[in-house]
Amino acid sequence: MVFDYYPGCTLKTEARELDEAGRRSAAALGIELQELDAWQCCGAVYPLGRDEIAPRLSSVRALAAARDHRRDLLTLCSACHHVIKRVNHDIRTDEKIRDTANSYMEGEQAYQGETKVVHYLEMLRDTLGFDELKNRIKKPLTGMKIGAYYGCLLLRPGKVMSFDNPENPSIMESFITALGAEPVIYPYRNECCGGYITVKEKDQAARTASRVIDSALEHGADCLITACPLCLYNIDVNGTSSKDLPVYYITQLLAQALDV
Amino acid sequence: MQRIGVFVCWCGSNIAAAVDIETVVQAMKSEPGVVYSTDYQYMCSEAGQGKLKDAVKEHGLTGIVICACSPRMHEATFRNAAKAAGVNPYMVEIANIREQCSWIHRDRAEATAKAVVLSRTAVAKVNLNTPLTPGTSDVVKRALVIGGGIAGLQSALDIAEAGYQVDIVEKQPTIGGKMAQLDKTFPTLDCAACILTPKMVDAAQHENIRIYTYSEVEQVSGFVGNFSVRIRGKARSVKADICSGCGLCMEKCPSKKAKDEFNMGLNNRRAIYIPFAQAIPNVPVIDREQCIKFKTGKCGLCARVCPADAVDFEQQDSIIEERYGAVVLATGFHTLSLEHYDEYQYARQPDVITSLELERIMNAAGPTGGKLLRPSNGKAPKSVVFVQCVGSRDTTGCGKTYCSKICCMYTAKHAMLIREKYPEVDVSVFYIDVRTPGKNFDEFYRRAVEDYGVRYIKGMVGKVVPEKGRLLVRGSDLLDDSQVALEADLVVLASAVEADASAKGLATLLTASIDTNNFYTEAHPKLKPVESPTAGVYLSGVCQGPKDIPETVAQASAAAVKVVGLLSKDKLLSNPCIARADELLCSGCSNCEHVCPYGAVSYIEQELRIHGRNQIRRIAKVNEAICQGCGACTVVCTSGAMDLRGFSNSQIMAEVDALCR
Repeated sequence: MVFDYYPGCTLKTEARELDEAGRRSAAALGIELQELDAWQCCGAVYPLGRDEIAPRLSSVRALAAARDHRRDLLTLCSACHHVIKRVNHDIRTDEKIRDTANSYMEGEQAYQGETKVVHYLEMLRDTLGFDELKNRIKKPLTGMKIGAYYGCLLLRPGKVMSFDNPENPSIMESFITALGAEPVIYPYRNECCGGYITVKEKDQAARTASRVIDSALEHGADCLITACPLCLYNIDVNGTSSKDLPVYYITQLLAQALDV
Repeated sequence: MQRIGVFVCWCGSNIAAAVDIETVVQAMKSEPGVVYSTDYQYMCSEAGQGKLKDAVKEHGLTGIVICACSPRMHEATFRNAAKAAGVNPYMVEIANIREQCSWIHRDRAEATAKAVVLSRTAVAKVNLNTPLTPGTSDVVKRALVIGGGIAGLQSALDIAEAGYQVDIVEKQPTIGGKMAQLDKTFPTLDCAACILTPKMVDAAQHENIRIYTYSEVEQVSGFVGNFSVRIRGKARSVKADICSGCGLCMEKCPSKKAKDEFNMGLNNRRAIYIPFAQAIPNVPVIDREQCIKFKTGKCGLCARVCPADAVDFEQQDSIIEERYGAVVLATGFHTLSLEHYDEYQYARQPDVITSLELERIMNAAGPTGGKLLRPSNGKAPKSVVFVQCVGSRDTTGCGKTYCSKICCMYTAKHAMLIREKYPEVDVSVFYIDVRTPGKNFDEFYRRAVEDYGVRYIKGMVGKVVPEKGRLLVRGSDLLDDSQVALEADLVVLASAVEADASAKGLATLLTASIDTNNFYTEAHPKLKPVESPTAGVYLSGVCQGPKDIPETVAQASAAAVKVVGLLSKDKLLSNPCIARADELLCSGCSNCEHVCPYGAVSYIEQELRIHGRNQIRRIAKVNEAICQGCGACTVVCTSGAMDLRGFSNSQIMAEVDALCR
């Protein structure tokens, strides 16, 4: 199976390990990730203004390119996935945005929202299957108690992202189980870490991040996993707690379990 | 040739605002058969009807077209007016230029053009109308009430008191319904059992009432005045006629794992059980899913200990066939399942409960003997948080869009009762709006706030977080524009009221209509609130929409009055618009017989004179007493022999022609 792959800027810099472990794991699992030739930064923040077209264009270009290749567009970073999936939804449902965005596009065929945006975890679940993933694991993470940290970007708005039940998600827990580890359910796994306000209100960001850590520790987690570079940064750097709690990218533990 | 009068109604501004009345009046003057065309502000008023009668006299009218509201609203009114003026009522046609025109169109020119088309269609039909005379049918002097909660009991008692026979069919093993589960009732705080159980006893002892519990309506045929109903009495596995209700079987039953439905699953019951102490009948029932004897063939302890030898493992369902003149639907409600409301942790945390569960906890006969205790550890809570509108006024698609109406009052009741009995417990209520209209209702709510110190917070709860053995309730305080987090030991969710699951199936059986929420639709939202659009079917209680006990009882009595009015008649006029087969055209194909939902068509061998010779032919014959005039037979008749009086094929084609002209 071949996917068009949109890594995003952070995965080329700060979150290089998220990208590289993801590529190694995909290769080991027989999934081919074809990086788009000329992708641009998604903007990292979904533009709420209906008349803001420019911040949507990079997503539309990536989506149109995948459409031209007749492939699904695979994302890994939560923020990129969030922005591209929502822009795709705009193109599908909002005629005005669709028409305006297309008037900025090169190429003959207008983009109508044909491309399916797939997150790396969704690929593991729906294309490979978690049962199959379990069979491919070389070094199961037996004994590890892992708290899935979803954050907000993958889950909400629930109907648009249609990623998982926003109030009681399970995809990362299934992923953790497939790796041979034990998932830890804790209440703040689907709450925002406050990463977006880390520059403006560092104290608030620290409080929300610490809340996530405390809650995971209380429920017995040894570490957290996330697909979001900003969450990882915020929890790692701003979060303070009585005890240290390591945070890994989902692909880091996947690569470790696959021994690649 | 008919002499037709057309009367265009303004309906105040309802029609006149969107339709140019004068254009319609003038357009009708040139339609074939029309000798008179006029308009009036309110045709249905006495003056409007007078105008109609005068015009009949003055212009010698033989047919009448009323361009006004839906025939559902005033067809009967205008038929009566025509009759009074000496015109056969079935020579009246209604062109619906309100619901189907003025109310749904904004463009005046378009609406006017459509009104003209609708009106001339009605004129085309009246040109082919023939006078019809209704026959009569008998009224069976017995009513059926489906549902034995407070609504059904009240309806049944009122009908019985008026001197008519009533049967109550209740699917649970006992009558009493949801009200039997309640502790105290607002706004007077009298105990539910004290006011309900006497009514249950009254019903059980009334000479005009028969009660079929653990029974369901399985099949319905017939029509107003004469419904034939098949009721399935589920096997109790206990002989009701000899059981003394001593309860020994329940004490000895070793199967103890079934959730006690009456206590909302807060404790377990035996496989053989009586739902609650005051149940009627006071006869146990065996839950065959749970019973060890039924599951493995071994046990039978209950049968051995029964002093009356009443346990009967072989008992079969019983079938009761009965005829009724009227049916009252009183199927009530249940509360919305909160399994999918993960933000409140209902499915995961035992200390997050519904209001109905709290009702059982507060009840002296409940699982905790009336003590307020946490289900998780049996300890007394220090802080209780209520969340209103869980699943009500919900536009996310998860719950219901409507207001469940009773939750503001019962939450105020619960809050007040807790503060009264346990003044040391903190009580907070999250609400969207507090809606307490009703006699002495708002005063009741104010008392909770002002006298009992219940903290009301305007805002919704975003998340319930289990933390260090307690529950942290995170929500917003909209008046303070702040986020709040309250520590609670018990969280009580006011889950939405939902129509009972049986409502939909019964609607199909009785051809009663339901809305998108499975509440029964009334014949008219204001003027016929207790009648179903299906003649002879009446609505009582929450099955029609959320309501509290006083309203339910009022509606139940209203429905009873309608039933009594019907049963007091010896004969009903039947609808003359029924099918008829032209024997010379009928090919004997049986299509009509197969499609008739009422079993009104049968086939007979008849000698006919065809082309000068006598022949025996197999032809369709419509039983006029059974035919409801649905017209299904006319559609499937390949030879065009079936025709519906009042809606003949030629009349309908004339309407289509007029539409397409």
